[in-house]
Amino acid sequence: MDLQSSYNDKVVRQFAIMTVVWGVVGMLVGIIIAAQLIWPQLSMDVPWLTYSRLRPLHTNAVIFAFGGSALFATAYYVVQRTCHVRLAFDKLAAFTFWGWQLVIVLAAITLPLGITQSKEYAELEWPIDLLIAVVWVSFAIVFFVTIGRRRVKHIYVANWFYGAYILTVAVLHIFNNLAVPVSLWKSYPIYSGVVDAMMQWWYGHNAVGFFLTAGFLGMMYYFVPKQAQRPIYSYRLSVVHFWALIAIYMWAGPHHLHYTSLPNWAQSLGMVFSIILLAPSWGGMINGIMTLSGAWHKLRTDPILKFMIVSLSFYGMSTFEGPMMSIKTVNALSHYTDWTIGHVHSGALGWVAMMTIGSMYCLIPRLFNKAGMYSTRLIDVHFWTSTIGVVLYAVSMWISGITQGLMWRALNDDGTLTYSFIESIKFTYPYYGIRLLGGLIFFTGMLVMVYNVYMTIRRVKPEPVAVIQPA
Amino acid sequence: MDIGTVRGLITLAILLLFLGLWAWSWSRKRKTEYDAAAQLPLADDDGRLPPEEIEKEHNA
Repeated sequence: MDLQSSYNDKVVRQFAIMTVVWGVVGMLVGIIIAAQLIWPQLSMDVPWLTYSRLRPLHTNAVIFAFGGSALFATAYYVVQRTCHVRLAFDKLAAFTFWGWQLVIVLAAITLPLGITQSKEYAELEWPIDLLIAVVWVSFAIVFFVTIGRRRVKHIYVANWFYGAYILTVAVLHIFNNLAVPVSLWKSYPIYSGVVDAMMQWWYGHNAVGFFLTAGFLGMMYYFVPKQAQRPIYSYRLSVVHFWALIAIYMWAGPHHLHYTSLPNWAQSLGMVFSIILLAPSWGGMINGIMTLSGAWHKLRTDPILKFMIVSLSFYGMSTFEGPMMSIKTVNALSHYTDWTIGHVHSGALGWVAMMTIGSMYCLIPRLFNKAGMYSTRLIDVHFWTSTIGVVLYAVSMWISGITQGLMWRALNDDGTLTYSFIESIKFTYPYYGIRLLGGLIFFTGMLVMVYNVYMTIRRVKPEPVAVIQPA
Repeated sequence: MDIGTVRGLITLAILLLFLGLWAWSWSRKRKTEYDAAAQLPLADDDGRLPPEEIEKEHNA
């Protein structure tokens, strides 16, 4: 088959397989650090295994290795399929794959060694940051040139979300990591004090808004209609959803800095934008869920759709919880407690991971010329382990977090603190146990996925798929 | 013009932009284009049942 008349699915297959691999690795590290919070001696006095070094390894692995690979795989797949054209620049696309894997391996080496910029979700030191920037710009070139070469007049909404995600992450990454290197593995940011904090959380919250939201909404806008075999509920709502979401997300970062030395007006601005964000978020959620309107019966037989719909439900819940937690008076209770951890995981496990897993179950058979996954029964098992795992995780962190907040602010009549800090730690122990259990159950599902994917793709020699021709 | 008036006008402009976006995407002119666009994820189903077949199966 002529090269230009087939899709470049090789790079999609590579990223899709690594999504599953990094999912297992990242979540395993999560389980280890959850266990360390109960049994601190688990680090065995080895500096490389301390909580403070493994925690950034966990967050980087699940967000950038697992989530990142999933976004590369689906963006490359969706842009080809909806533009009716082969992905631009095979070699550059291959470079993005190997470059991204190298970034992940470097992260897995440097973070346990304690090499870090100490910026949350931007821990990696400057040489790795440069590599990320080069890979990311290559990603943008491959993606946008493919869009430019499209043979369909309209740019499908999923590509708008992927495009916004790629552009914004490039800007965020480059500006938040501007630093002066003093040695190969040490640098200092060009910002200082409260400006540094503001830059960091402009980056940090938009990593949530564009990496973990816009990117995965792109996935949702392609794979939910695909799996449901129905067009999106309202295309025009998706257009309003897109512009409203990207215009508002950019301003929500200051809610991470309530009651700090950040000027009060900036805190209030962040709070107001976070509250407004509820509207586009729920617009998107409703658009996704209502795609099944008139076909709800499919949920009885299709565990892949169950993954997607429950994922959208978690998206709705955490995008309600988020604006609520950004209100200053609520934040006074929730900030620095486990409530934040619970909120993040109902988004990361409930929304991001479940949407990814559903999309992978939809995508992987298509990439390996199979009619479907090896076992639908095992997808259902995975669905239930994931759902039960997230619920245990979120509920235990709510109880633990809200109680922490209440204990820390409790005062006696004479104005002294009612509880010592250690009393609040003692209280959280059983809930840390439930959190570990939830994580373990979620992780078990990932192992089921590994088996199911292996059985689906073993002994398959994938064949090229012809590019759809203009009618 | 004092800064408060400028801010007010900017807020008004952004509000109008948003309402304009809403009116634009809901206008009847866009409908055919959007209906076709919404079919894009369903257009190529590699070796799978075409949507009309699925629909038939569903109605059966």
